[in-house]
Amino acid sequence: MIETLKALAEPNRFQIVELLRRGPRAVGDLVDELGMNQPQVSKHLKVLSAVGLVSARVDAQRRIYALQPAPLKEMEQWIEKYRRVWEKNYQRLDGLLEEMKSKEKKHGRRKR
Amino acid sequence: MDAGSAKGSPQKKTGSVQISLREDREIVMMREFNAPKRMVFDALTKPELVKKWLLGRDGWSMPVCEIDLRVGGKYRYVWRRDSDGKEMGMGGVYREIVKNERIVSTELFDDAWYPGEALLTTTFAESGGKTTMSTVILYESRGARDGVMKSDMERGVGLSYDRLEKLVAQN
Repeated sequence: MIETLKALAEPNRFQIVELLRRGPRAVGDLVDELGMNQPQVSKHLKVLSAVGLVSARVDAQRRIYALQPAPLKEMEQWIEKYRRVWEKNYQRLDGLLEEMKSKEKKHGRRKR
Repeated sequence: MDAGSAKGSPQKKTGSVQISLREDREIVMMREFNAPKRMVFDALTKPELVKKWLLGRDGWSMPVCEIDLRVGGKYRYVWRRDSDGKEMGMGGVYREIVKNERIVSTELFDDAWYPGEALLTTTFAESGGKTTMSTVILYESRGARDGVMKSDMERGVGLSYDRLEKLVAQN
């Protein structure tokens, strides 16, 4: 996953991924849309395919690139796990706060 | 008056923590609590209260919770897994304290698997008797944050197995 994050941290590559979210594209289309030259775009695509974020298929003379969801899902899964642990903490905190509120109602607010 | 839904996205509701990665060194968590901010602040800064909720996964307790709540003061937490006695500790120093409003502290785990300390900024915003607590964890480097993510991934395989299966089925 660190490789995925590293690959995405580069702004131009992030932009390529954003473009591919709308659908598969040929290298030439990406060149036009990004305003970069072809070698630059190809270099970024190479990095993105190395981490499995994009894949290519050949259609006639053109290479069509498409987004691969697995690495993004892996990231989402990590966030979900982190979220679950914290939600567990916070649910216990919800309970504690309810206790604190009812105690205060009964005994009044303590002066400090 | 529905003060709770006044902030954030329309789907946001009490009882669901929002987590996002910001810039390249931060993790941001937001959660709304149905209590005034002075109570939430107390629950985060009084050891006898912290021990009741900051336990992580089920089956862990918190035998050590020391808090010296002043700028430059230290805090120290130790958790213990009840099943086998395995312990995990962390601590840090308070850098800034504004009562009921804001806490800035450093954070370092005893067996830190990432380089450098993390800096935690916790803020409390109250509206209509409800408090939104936001925690920003700033790691010293992007590598450190990603390392935390990676290590959590590896340790959490069992826990998220069901979800993984679902993901595999979709592909």
